[in-house]
This record gives sequence, structure tokens and C-alpha cells, in this order.
Amino acid sequence: MNRESAGFAELLNKARERYPAVFENLSGAALWVLFAGLLIAALIFYTQFFVVGVIFGSIIALGAIGLTLIYGIMKFAHFAHGDMMMLAAYLAFFALTGRIVGERTEVDLGWSLDRLPGATTELGPLSFGYGLLLAMLVALIATVALFVALDRVVYRRLRQRGSGIVIFAMASLGIAITARSVILMLWGAEPRFYVPGINPAHEFPFGILLKADQIFIFATVAIVAILVYLLLFRTRIGKAMRATSDNPELARVSGIDTDQVIMWTWAIGGALVAVAGVLLAIQAQLKPELGFAILLPLFAAAILGGIGSPQGALIGAMIVGITQELSVGVDLSILGREILPLAPGYKFAVAFVILILILLVRPRGLFGAKA
Amino acid sequence: MTVLEAREVVSGYGEVEILHKVSIRVEEEEIVTIIGPNGAGKSTLLKTVFGLLPCKSGRVFFGGEDVTGRSPEVMVRKGMSYVPQSDNVFPTLTVQENLEMGAFIRRDDYRSKMEEVLALFPDVLERRHTRAGKLSGGQRQMLALARALMLEPRILLLDEPSASLAPNMVELVFAKILDINRSGVSIIMVEQNARESLKLSHRGYVLAMGQNRLEGSGESLLESEEVGKTYLGG
Amino acid sequence: MKADRLITPAAWALVTVAIVTLPAARSQDLGGVISFLTGFAILVAIFAILALGLNVHWGYTGILNFGVVAFFMVGAYTAAIITKGPATTEYVRYVGGFGDKLDFIPFLDSEQWLPFLFGTAGAAIVSGALAFVLSIPTLRLREDYLAIATIGIAELLRRITIEERGLVNSDRGLIGIPAPLEDLVNPPEYKFIFFGLVVGLVILVLIALEAASRSPWGRVLKAIREDETTAAAAGKDIFGFKVQSFVVGAMIMGIGGAAYAYYSRTVSPDAFTHFFGTFLIWAMLIVGGSGNNKGAILGAYIVWGFYSVTGLMRAYFADWGLEFLELRMSFIRDLVVGALIVTVLLLRPAGLLPEERRVSLFMQREPKQRGPPGEPESGPTGSRLDDPPDREKGSGG
Repeated sequence: MNRESAGFAELLNKARERYPAVFENLSGAALWVLFAGLLIAALIFYTQFFVVGVIFGSIIALGAIGLTLIYGIMKFAHFAHGDMMMLAAYLAFFALTGRIVGERTEVDLGWSLDRLPGATTELGPLSFGYGLLLAMLVALIATVALFVALDRVVYRRLRQRGSGIVIFAMASLGIAITARSVILMLWGAEPRFYVPGINPAHEFPFGILLKADQIFIFATVAIVAILVYLLLFRTRIGKAMRATSDNPELARVSGIDTDQVIMWTWAIGGALVAVAGVLLAIQAQLKPELGFAILLPLFAAAILGGIGSPQGALIGAMIVGITQELSVGVDLSILGREILPLAPGYKFAVAFVILILILLVRPRGLFGAKA
Repeated sequence: MTVLEAREVVSGYGEVEILHKVSIRVEEEEIVTIIGPNGAGKSTLLKTVFGLLPCKSGRVFFGGEDVTGRSPEVMVRKGMSYVPQSDNVFPTLTVQENLEMGAFIRRDDYRSKMEEVLALFPDVLERRHTRAGKLSGGQRQMLALARALMLEPRILLLDEPSASLAPNMVELVFAKILDINRSGVSIIMVEQNARESLKLSHRGYVLAMGQNRLEGSGESLLESEEVGKTYLGG
Repeated sequence: MKADRLITPAAWALVTVAIVTLPAARSQDLGGVISFLTGFAILVAIFAILALGLNVHWGYTGILNFGVVAFFMVGAYTAAIITKGPATTEYVRYVGGFGDKLDFIPFLDSEQWLPFLFGTAGAAIVSGALAFVLSIPTLRLREDYLAIATIGIAELLRRITIEERGLVNSDRGLIGIPAPLEDLVNPPEYKFIFFGLVVGLVILVLIALEAASRSPWGRVLKAIREDETTAAAAGKDIFGFKVQSFVVGAMIMGIGGAAYAYYSRTVSPDAFTHFFGTFLIWAMLIVGGSGNNKGAILGAYIVWGFYSVTGLMRAYFADWGLEFLELRMSFIRDLVVGALIVTVLLLRPAGLLPEERRVSLFMQREPKQRGPPGEPESGPTGSRLDDPPDREKGSGG
């Protein structure tokens, strides 16, 4: 960053201070136009990247929705979210295969879901059988229980004491490192997969190549998203959650049982984390570091969409996913210098760039509440 | 019967003491207004009574029962309803959803009550599926009042209901408050707009520097010279 | 709270006892034990420098820097590429490599110390410059967004280190970093020299920080911390001071990084994880208590002590045939420290970190009330710079 861009950022800040209303509206409009343009251009010219981006974005979406709910209702940035996704994925692996890493070799602990008759028989074109679905269910129940327990044991105590943000950040980071260490201890550092072998890609119109697994991922996310919507907008507790996210003090004052709201928030967050984690492992792999690495896209999606807004998290996640795919896939040269594609290692760093951009220009994101 | 009584309440924020032994009471079906200069502790008093702030010493009685220091969750269930001065609606929820949240602790079918309350506020009824954040200031204030009524409270605690409202809205809000009171709900409110609020109050208190200064009927306070000069802007 | 006052001294005592007896109990070789303890103390000193830097950010200025590892890493790498000779083979590629040119002072064996002065100064300057550049977009963010942004910055820098071949030899890292005064003694005795050097460095940093906090600059920082609005009204450029503080803290972290590079002789992206370079440092500040300089050093001792003691168990696990545990020692260490920190956070009552004034997450911050004219300004006062470490700050509500 050189002096010009430093000066530009200063200029932005001064502009924002002097003309807040105009800046708000302009920045919001500009952001919408930018991202809409990007998405439409991608859809038309780089359809394959768009589609893959949507798949990855939908995985991020489930995580980001949980993250934004936790952030909006409890005003707390849950830094353990990504590592918990991985932990859930590994729990599903354990339920499915019953394996952990023993002394230099795999240890098989007797029974596991994949011993059920036909559990590993591929369901149609998918790469896995119903065993994995059962395993996902097991992971879901375990993760929900874990989240609710952690709130009771750790976060609730800190809330009651009026702890500040540093304490909450350190507590969630501490829990994240504990989760990651457990994964490393029990399953080792080598990447793993639910099933061996590759799921072949099928051809679709418009030159799109998709694996059946990826369609499964999208369908699952769609169903879960609809369920979350129904819960938040059609049930009493869901409305109470949205109300608490809007205005925690007024929620208390109106008689809303905030303890109940918080418990449900963790439960839903845990369920979303489990499904997202398993889907991520299906799409990519089971790798301990993936948990922390995915935090940046999760936060970028949630903040881009506006903290507290589940719809925002969904859209933000799509934008992040598609932008990531474009930046490592598309060829782009400006003035003769090759800018894109970035090396694949930079994929998640793109999410970070989006994050900084949003924080500079419009911190409340697309759907967030006015400051 | 005294619905609400605060006896020699001492309270404040953290280590700062704002109220120094303040006493007030509200009788059944009364409208009581508390006026006074900025920083006098009026809002602090409401918050302490409702349990949002800890009571360092003194007692609070509700319907004869000692409720000193009980939390807002308990107060709400006992029949107290509180409307904060600002941020008093849920902006992303619709009008109807706001009212549903007002009735959160009711286990019964509150739909008839909701229609009843909405009937009191036709302006808001029209917009029942609009997000509360899109309402005007006056409509939001009405919605805030309506939300508080969903619990069929015995007493309403209102913190500056006319704050930042246009004069015609102010009239409307006070008219509504009168209506609500006529339906049997006691009201205690804190107000900057001393003149208008004292007009409809049975009794009033003047608070200054965290202490009781004056007490009397609404009329007598309106006519009092001291009040007139200092607090009513002459 | 009486019990709480005992936690820190108890932890200190526990660490000291364990770190001495555990290795001694297993090995009769006094020299080996002393060598181990010296190595331990060196790392404590290095971490102390990093923690002191973070204290400038958090304790002095209230900046939530969760990207400490970025400055740590940049400092270490800068020191490495300045003091190493130029890249000689095509398998090892990095920029810099001035080591062999930095001995131009014709006496006092300057190749033994001059490159390291340059290296350390370079580390400080580059870290500081990085902080300056980053301060523009980030320092105005609200606390939690700043934390997230700094985490992201650290990850981005790590990515760049790995991806850009030719910058600093990507994920293979740099080895063979020289160390100051290493030719003056036999290798087995070098540790003690280095120990002396690094302790001297800590003392220098400490003196500089104490002087800074008593200076006009330090007093302005204190005023900003206690009441930003008043300080701003008095005409102080709040943002400017925050930038300065951010840069100073980063420079100190860079110096710590340089010391680390000289001690470990290798740097690679794997060594600069969030856990090792950020989380542990924050843990040190928190465990050490009340965010003052003494607390930073004490915290470094206790946290690194726990980490090392846990590591010492590895040999015992091997002795006892617990191979499962022995093989996973590094993971167990991380797990123990992570869980320990969470436990410490739960056990220590509110009020030990000055920012814990908020009544609850669900209620607004206590407003700074001004009473009627004549009444003193309210609110918890007390700076983090020179308060006695056991001052309790009430949490109200």
C-alpha cells in the first residue's frame, strides 16, 4: 500500500464523517451494483466458476447463518465456529467408520455405521450411501449438545459476569484450539475422506460440469435454509430470536425469555455447523487446519450480509463463494500485467479482501441495521 | 390501593449515585407524571423501579408486595410494563410481530387482545404487516405503547413518550395515554414536556438533582409559580 | 477476592517447581538440565518482548490486535534475510541476504554483532512500517471488527509468505540464520551468551516503555484511555496517537521476532501459527494480570512455563509406555494450554481487565455520568500503565 491509497482511505473516512446520509446510500447502492454486476457477468461469461462458487457458497452459507445469529443475538463473534465445523465433520467420520488413529496405525473400534447393511452402497450417482447421512445426523445431535453444553459451562458464566469482548474472544479461541487439538490427537494430521475414490463429474447444458455430490450439497443447503426460514419467521421462538437480535434490552423488557432464546440460538447454530461441516468435508476433505482457515470466509459472508441478518449471510456467502472461484479461475490482465488467476492458496484470502472492503466502505453490510 | 410505591430509593449507575432517597407513589388508575430538569434522575427512577438498575437502598412496592431489586423478567410477569424512551420497537419485525413479542409470556390465545389493542391505534393497524423500522416516529411511539399493552398490565411505565415527536403527534400520544388510562391501567410517566403531561395527570412529582422537590395534583403543579418559572418555561 | 490474589503467585510457584524438578528427576546430567532451563528462559524472554509489545497495543491504547503473529513473523523474517548471506542455490530463493556485507566496521569483530544490529533494527522498522500501513484502514474499526480484521491480516501475510516463491523461500522457510556473537564461545556454551543478550534486550525494552509511559506522550495516551471525548475536545489527535502506539507496539513485536530468528536459527510459515504467535501472547497478558508491563513478563513466564512443563511430560509418557500420548505430545500441549486458558478465564472474576466495566452484554455500557455542576466526574478511573496489579475494578449492575 502506498501513500496514495493511504490518502484515499483517509479521504473516505473524512467523506463519511461529513456527509453520513449520502455516504450511506451511495455506498449501499454502489456495493449492490458492484456485486450484482460481478455475479451477472460471472453467470454469463464464466458459468462454470459461477456454479462451483454457488456450491461452495452454499456450504459457507450454513456456517455464516449460524455465525450471524450468534453474533446478532449474543453480540459475540464466535471464533470457534470454523473449528467446530471440522470437529462435527470428524465426528461424522467417526460415526461412519469407527476409526481413530492408534499407535502408528488406524484403530478400528468395533462397530460403526458403515457396517450396517448397504450403508456404503452409493445412493444413485452420489459417492456415499445412507450410512453417511446417518453419520451426519449423529454429528448433528452431538454438536447441538456440545454447543448447548459449552454455553452453559463457559459462555453463560462470562455473560453473567459482564465480561468484555477480549474475554469472549479468548474463550472462543481457546475452545477452537481445544477442538482442533482433539481432532489432531484422535485422527491425525493427514487429510481424510468419507469414502475413497472420486465422484465423477457429469455434463450439463451451458458447459457446466458438476458432480452429483455437489448437487446433493446444494439441495441439502436449500432444504436446510428453508427450514431455518420457517423457524425464524413462522415460529414464536424464531420471532423472539429475531427480536432479541434487533434489540436485546427491549426483548428483556417485553418479557421475552432470553435464556430460552440463547439456548435455541446455540442449538440451531450447532445444527447448521454440523451439516455445513459434513458438506464441507464431502466437497473438499477432512483436514484439521481447514477449520480455522474457513473462519475468514464465514466472517466475510456474515459481515458482508450484515450481522444479524440470516438472509444477508446467505447472499453474502454466495458472493464470497463466487468471487473466490472467479479469482482463482479467471484470466485477467490489466495493462499487460497478469492479475488473475491468483494462486489457489490465495482463495480464502480473497474473502479477507472482501471483508476489509466492506468494513471500510459500509460496515453494516448489505442488510445490517443502521448504526 | 397504592399500585406502585418507591420509598427512599437510592440508585444510580455503577459507583455514581443519581437518586438520593426518592419517594413516589401511584394510586390505582392514576396518571402520575414526573418532571424535572435534565439529569434529575427521572429515567433512572423508572429503570430502578422496573429492575433495570439495582436499588442501592430503599424499597419498591407493587400492589403492596415488596419487589425491590427483582429483575425486569419478574416485574413483567407481575403486571408492570415498561416503554423505553428510544429504541422501543423491534425494527426488523413487522407491526404484528412486535405485538406478538409483547405477548410472548402469555400462554393463552392473545389474538383477540391483539385486535383490541390494534383498534386503539388505527394508524398502526393499517400497517400491521409493515416492518416497524419503516414507521414514522409517531407511529413507532404508538406501536411501542401498543406492545406494552399486550400484557394487560396493571401499570405502564413510560419514559418520555413525547420525546422527539412533532406537536400534533404529541397531542395524539397524550390522547392515547388518556384512553389507556380510562380503560383501567395506571400510568407513571417521565416527561420533559411538563405542561402537556401535567394537564392530563392526576398527580405529579418534581425531581431535581436526584431528590424530591415538589409534589401535588396535576393542576396545582401547573398553576404553581415556582414550577411555572423553572420547569414550564415561564 | 482473596482466592483470586493467590492464583497468580500459585501458578508462578507451580511452574518454577515443575520446570526445575521434572527434568532433574529424570536425568542426572546437571549440565543438560541447566542447558534446558536456559533455553526455557530464553524463550520466556522472547515471549516477554512480544507480550510487552502487545501491552502497548492493548494495555496502553486499547487496540484489539489479534494479528500479533503478523508482526512477530515479519520481524523474524526481516532479521533473517538481513543477517543471512545471499541465496546461493536455486533451490533456496529469498530476497535480501546482506549478511556478508554487514561487517564493515574494521575492528571489534564486527561480523559478530553488526549484522544483528542491522537485523534487529530492520525487523523493528519493517514491522513498524507494516503497522503504519495497516493502521489506516483498520484502526478506526470498532473493537470486534478490528479483531477480525487483524486475524485476517495475519493469515494473509502467512499466505503471501507461502505462495510467493522467491520472496522468502515459501513454505520451505529459511535455515542457517546466524546468531550474534556465536563465534566467541563453544557451541554448548553459546546459550548462556544468548541468554544474557536477550535478557539485556528485555531490560532495554522495559526501560524504554517505562520512560515512554511517564513522558508527555504516555500521559496523553492515558488521558485518551480514560476519556476519549475529553481528550479529543482538548485538541489531541486521537487517531494520530493510536497510530503511533500501534507502530511502537509493532516495532517491539518485530524485535521479539528478530530475537526468535537468531535463537531458533530457522524460520518457516509453520512456526507462525495463530495459536503460537497470537493466542499464546494474549494468554500471557491475561494470565499475567491487569495488563501492565510487569504482568506481561510474569504472564510470559507462567504460560510458557505451562507449555514447556506439559512438553516435559513427553519423556515421562515414554518412560511409562504411554505411546499414544507420547506421540501426540504437541497436540496435547496445545489442548492443555487452550483448555487451561478457558478455565482461567472462567475462574478469574470480572474486573481484572480494565475493560470489564460493561454491566452485561445485554445492557448498555455504563454512561459516563456528569453529576450537577461541582460534582466530580464519575466512572472507574485508573490507568493500566501504573496501577498496582491487584486493583479491583467493580463491574456494577
